[in-house]
Amino acid sequence: MIEKDVLLITSAFKEYYFNRFDLIHVPQRATEREFGYQKFNSGMTRHLVVKNDKELHLLLMKEVPSDVYCSNAYYTFPNLPMAEKDWKGADLIFDIDAKDLALPCRKDHTVFKCSSCDNHATEFQSQCTKCGSTKFETVSVGCKNCISESKKEVTKLVDMMTTDLNVSKEQIEVYFSGNEGFHLRVTNADYEQLGSQERADLVDYLMFNGAIPESFGIKRQDNSKSSLPTFDEKGWRGRVARKLFSSKSKAPKATREIIASGYSAFQVQLEEIKKTMGVRVDPKVTMDIHRIFRLEGSINSKSGLSKIQCTNLDSFDPFLEACLLGDDTVDIIADCPVQIRLKNKKFGPYHTERVSLPKYAAVYMLCKGLGNAV
Amino acid sequence: MSQIGTHELAKYPFLAEAGEYLRNAGLSLDHLGHSDWQPIVEKAYGRIVVATSGQIYDSQRFEKIDYDADEIDMEVLSFIVAIILLKSTNINTLARRFSLSEARRAEKHLENDLKQNKKVNFSLKIIQELFSIQVKVDNDEFLMSVPAYVQRAVHFHEKEWKLVNRRVSNGFVYLNAHETVRLIRTELGEYINSRIKSLDLPPLPESFVQRVNDLVELAKKFSETTYISSEYPPCVKHGIEVLEKGENLPHSGRFLLATYLLSKGQTVDQIAPLFKNAPDYNERTTKYQLEHISGSSGSGTKYQCPSCEKLRSESLCFATPDCDGIINPVQFGKKRKNP
Repeated sequence: MIEKDVLLITSAFKEYYFNRFDLIHVPQRATEREFGYQKFNSGMTRHLVVKNDKELHLLLMKEVPSDVYCSNAYYTFPNLPMAEKDWKGADLIFDIDAKDLALPCRKDHTVFKCSSCDNHATEFQSQCTKCGSTKFETVSVGCKNCISESKKEVTKLVDMMTTDLNVSKEQIEVYFSGNEGFHLRVTNADYEQLGSQERADLVDYLMFNGAIPESFGIKRQDNSKSSLPTFDEKGWRGRVARKLFSSKSKAPKATREIIASGYSAFQVQLEEIKKTMGVRVDPKVTMDIHRIFRLEGSINSKSGLSKIQCTNLDSFDPFLEACLLGDDTVDIIADCPVQIRLKNKKFGPYHTERVSLPKYAAVYMLCKGLGNAV
Repeated sequence: MSQIGTHELAKYPFLAEAGEYLRNAGLSLDHLGHSDWQPIVEKAYGRIVVATSGQIYDSQRFEKIDYDADEIDMEVLSFIVAIILLKSTNINTLARRFSLSEARRAEKHLENDLKQNKKVNFSLKIIQELFSIQVKVDNDEFLMSVPAYVQRAVHFHEKEWKLVNRRVSNGFVYLNAHETVRLIRTELGEYINSRIKSLDLPPLPESFVQRVNDLVELAKKFSETTYISSEYPPCVKHGIEVLEKGENLPHSGRFLLATYLLSKGQTVDQIAPLFKNAPDYNERTTKYQLEHISGSSGSGTKYQCPSCEKLRSESLCFATPDCDGIINPVQFGKKRKNP
C-alpha cells in the first residue's frame, strides 16, 4: 500500500483506538493466549502476551496495527515459540464468510482490478482493456443480501450447536467479522480439548459432509429392508426426515417413493440436503487449533469496519453498527465503480475523481483499494 | 473395582485385582522355577503365539458363561506369565501385537457383558475407571458424549464412524454394545501394553529363558517391510501434473507435495524446482517454506504428510484401486512381507 494511504488510514485507526477503549477488551483467560498484530506493509508480529485491557490499549496506541489477532488456544507459555508453548486447549471457532456462499448477487458488488495497471472494471474480462494484462484481483464491497444470507448460516449453526451438541446459548458469542461475514466463538470445556482431526469431524457434521444413505436407513442391497427416519427424531435423522416429507401425513407415501428410487437416487438427495441445510463454514478455521483469530473490537484492515459482537443478530446492520471511524470530511481520489452504502448513506459510483467523503467512507475505499489519498 | 468376581478376572486378567488374586492363591513370583509353573509357562507361550499371529486367544469361550476354578487359575496366571515373558524379550512389536489381541479378547467379553442386564454396570464401570469415559444406558443403547466419541472415532476410517452418520442428540452419540467397546479397543490395548512396560521383572528361571528365546526368534518375522512400487500415489501425481501445466495448486496441495517428497528422502533443493511453474513462484519464498516444512528452519517441527482423510476433505484425493485402503499417501506402494 502506498505511503499516503497508510498515513490516512493509520490516523483514522489511531483516533478510533484512542476514543473507543470501551469497545476493546482482551478475551477471558487472556494471560493464557497468544496475541499478534500486523502493520501496513509489514509482516506479522506474534507470540505476544497481553495480560489485560490496559496493556492492549497501550499496544494499540503505540503500534497502531492494521490488524490485531488473539489465539483461540490456551497455552502455558503463550510467548514462547510454537513448539514450546504447551497447548492446553482451545475455544471452538467458526468463520462464516459471504464469499464462500457464492451468492448470485456477488457479481453486482465485485470489482475486478487489473494487477498490472490498476484499471478497474465491474464485469469479468479475460484481458485488461487498458494494458492487456490477464491477471486480475477481485474486490468485493459490502452487500446487504450477503450479510442476511450469512446471518442465516449463523442461525443454523447456533441451532445445531444448541440442540445436537448441547452447547448453551450463553457459551456462543457471535461477532461480525469486520468485513463480509461472521465469527463465532464457543467456550465450552467439553469441546476445548479436541484436536484438529476431531474438530474436522465436528465441522463435517455441521456441514453435513460425508453422510451415507445407510445412516438414514437406505440399504445398498436388499432395498425391501430399507426404512427412513421419522419426523420427530433428533439430530440430522430428524432434520432429513422433515426435509424429505414436508409434513407428517405425507411421510408414508414419500417414504415408499424414496425407497423405490433406490440407493444412488438417495445419495443425490443427501447432496442436495447438504447444499441447503448444511452450515457453510470455512473448515480450515475450525480445524486450526493454533490460529490467531481477529480480536473483537479491533478494526479489519480489509474494510475499516470493526469486528464487534452482535447481541441481536436479526436486527444487526454491520454497515451502521460496525462502521465506527470518524465522520469528519477528507478528500480522496475515488475509483470505485460500484455504489457503497455506509451509515445509511450512499457513496459513488466514482470514476477516478476527487471527492470529499466522511472519513469512514474514505478509509473504506482506501482499504478496499478503490481509492487513494490525495 | 469392588465386587469383582474371579470369573471377571479370567475375562479381564489385566485388571489390577489380578495381583491380589495371585497372592490369595498362595502363589509368588519368587518361585517361578517351581514345576507348578511349567504348564502355565506353556499356556502363556501359546497365548502369545496365538495373539501375535493376529488371532484372538481362547475365542471359542466367548459364548460360554462361566469358567471353573481351575480354569480361572490358568487364565489369570497364564496372562501374568505372558507379560513376564514379553517384558523379558524387550521387543515392542511383540508386546504391541499381544496387547492388541488381548484387547480384542477383552472387548468381546465386554460386549457380551454389556448385553446382559446384570453385568452391564460392571462393564461400564471398567470403562469408566480405566479410561474415564462416562457411558450412559438408554434401554438397549449406550450414550457417549460427543467430545469423547469424536476423540476415539476419528481414528477409524470407515464412513459410518463419522459423526454425521451417527444418531446425535443433546451432546450424546447413540451406540450399540459392539460399537461402544470397539471405540475403546485402542485404549484397552494401550492399557495392557502399559502393564507390560511397568512390570518389575522377577529373576527368571531356565524354564522361562527358553521360551523368551523362542519369542525373540518369533519376533523376527514381524520386522521386515518392503517397497513393491516406487510410483507416486495419485494425489501426488495430480499435484505434480497441475504444477507442470503451470496451473495454480492451492497451498494445501503444495504442502502435500512437499511433505510427501520430504518423507521419501528428497531434499529441499531437489523439491524446490517443482514449484517453478506456479503462477506466483518466488524462489526465495519457496525455499523458505520448504525449509520450514522440513524442520530445518523455524520452530524445528518437521511436518508430516497429511492423511488421506484430510486430503479428501480438501478435495485433493484422487484415490485409485492401487491405494488399497491406505490412510496416508506415504503408505502407497508399501506392503509388508508377512501380513
